[in-house]
Amino acid sequence: MAPVAPRSGDVIFANVERVNAELFTLTYGAIVRQLLTDLEEVDEVNKQLDQMGYNIGVRLIDEFLAKSNVSRCVDFKETAEVIAKVGLKMFLGITATVTNWDVEGTTCSLILEDNPLVDFVELPDTCQGLNYCNILSGVVRGALEMVSMKTEVTWLRDMLRGDDAFELQLKLLKQVPEEYPYKDDE
Amino acid sequence: MAAIYSLYIINKSGGLIFCKDYGSAGKMDTNDSLRLASLWHSMHAISQQLSPVNGCAGIELLQADTFDLHCFQSLTGTKFFVVCEPGTLHMESLLKYIYELYTDYVLKNPFYEMEMPIRCELFDINLSQAVQKDRVALLGR
Repeated sequence: MAPVAPRSGDVIFANVERVNAELFTLTYGAIVRQLLTDLEEVDEVNKQLDQMGYNIGVRLIDEFLAKSNVSRCVDFKETAEVIAKVGLKMFLGITATVTNWDVEGTTCSLILEDNPLVDFVELPDTCQGLNYCNILSGVVRGALEMVSMKTEVTWLRDMLRGDDAFELQLKLLKQVPEEYPYKDDE
Repeated sequence: MAAIYSLYIINKSGGLIFCKDYGSAGKMDTNDSLRLASLWHSMHAISQQLSPVNGCAGIELLQADTFDLHCFQSLTGTKFFVVCEPGTLHMESLLKYIYELYTDYVLKNPFYEMEMPIRCELFDINLSQAVQKDRVALLGR
């Protein structure tokens, strides 16, 4: 029998190697700052952060699977729960609540209870269009793509822009089957 | 102690990205290894189709009179397999542990390109330690 997938990432979080949270936050801040200097356009920075996140996500998913013992999720609902309770806990030390499901069960929101990326951040007026945490959405998109789910991940609410929470929307676009094209008649 | 003959890692398209022979028996040249890897990839896929029940994950263990082959496929499609002496124990946990080493020392290496052959010294070092050390220790994991 496969081991039962953990419903919380607490144990894994306690066992993985961690870095100082401030170092992490400041390093991320320095990256965003450098991107703003290099690319000048806020939209370009958003795009670049998303791409960087994607590149991280496609690699990070394997570490998640290897160390969390999570088995295959039966549906997208379970996937969202696992991200919120196990994935975010394991890599960021936070958890999220999954809400706002649509009727088809393909779109939902993760409400982040805490966000270590923004600890010291205040967005200046010149950067109002910036999705400061866009790297996270990219990570989730990249990770899910490697387990054959095409998704669109966007920030709906951002406390840096004056909202009351961090809300990340996950939208399942399509599930790519893993079947091999071995049918003779095709 | 029962011996491990060789270890292979295949990427999700069936290309051999890592291969290591332990011990003198059954050494193969690179071309043969590549051929064997893609053959195993196909056999694994066929085994899934053969299954009368949905959701089959493919061959996990192949037993022959002179060797056992244990295969582990991650949910992302990368396959790890070891060829070992018949009846060698704890191969599942060894493969899982090798998967962890792969995520740590291969995927986290910024200069490793995804799906390409693995040439990471840290991975080699940690791998040989894992294969050599008493595998009973892995049982507790």
